[in-house]
Amino acid sequence: MKCKKIINELADYLDESLDPILRTSIEEHLGNCKDCRVVVDTTKQTIEIFCNSEPAPLPLTTRQRLHEALAKHLRHIRA
Amino acid sequence: MLPFSTKETLMNSPKLDPVEAHALPSQVVKADEPILVAAAKNGDISAFETLVGRYERKIFRLTQNITQNREDAEDAMQEAFLKAFQHLGEFQGNSRFYTWLVRIAVNQALMKLRKRRPNQVSLDEEIDTGEDMMPRDVEDWGPSPQQRYEQTELSEILGKVIGELESPFRIVFQLRDIEEMSTEETAEALGLSVPAVKSRLLRARLKLRQKLNQYFKQGGTREVQKNH
Repeated sequence: MKCKKIINELADYLDESLDPILRTSIEEHLGNCKDCRVVVDTTKQTIEIFCNSEPAPLPLTTRQRLHEALAKHLRHIRA
Repeated sequence: MLPFSTKETLMNSPKLDPVEAHALPSQVVKADEPILVAAAKNGDISAFETLVGRYERKIFRLTQNITQNREDAEDAMQEAFLKAFQHLGEFQGNSRFYTWLVRIAVNQALMKLRKRRPNQVSLDEEIDTGEDMMPRDVEDWGPSPQQRYEQTELSEILGKVIGELESPFRIVFQLRDIEEMSTEETAEALGLSVPAVKSRLLRARLKLRQKLNQYFKQGGTREVQKNH
């Protein structure tokens, strides 16, 4: 298996949606190819960093505007 | 196919086999969410406001990441919460409330994006992602590279690098990897084929990996540019 094939299958590999035979072939390649191993690992970390990141607090003015708009409209909608 | 309906019948995604389920970690939903939703449906505005307080940061990050414009992001967030309240009666509880809310917010944000950039490539248009994707800068990051940064600094880095992605890649990544929608849900929400979502997702992940490399490679922390 060539490195290019690893890249093409990377998304499905990381999402664990590959068939077992292809997955085994990729893992054999990763065992012997440091560059592909690094790419797979850092791409996985990229997803995890975004997925696990806490959103920044809302800017104060944004939060004020949101809650003023909700206060204004929610009761009207429900009425 | 956009804008999609807020009706929950359209929100239900195809069930995936366990092996196909998204394997990465997810946020834990507080157990009292169904109680708050039920109270809000019965007209309890304070229960709805509690839900807003719980999700406002995540929804604002979502609308900001899609629109890349603060005013549009604020408007889309506001409209999403108001629309959710208006249509709560259609929410049957078969999916998470947050998932339902995300779908509404995505729709509002996409409408803002299209309005502001009508000549931009259509998001549901198939685009060629077939160029060479072989990664450059293959360097190890070591364990937990994000711990080298303070939380606010990390948020700033992530906001910056995702903002540098072209919208067709940025939005697929946002829905699929940040909001953890399935490939099928993402395809439905954007009017794309499943192979197109997969192709854009791979491209987005590789581009983001490349961009983060400058911050996370071992021995290579870089000062965050302020006022970007």
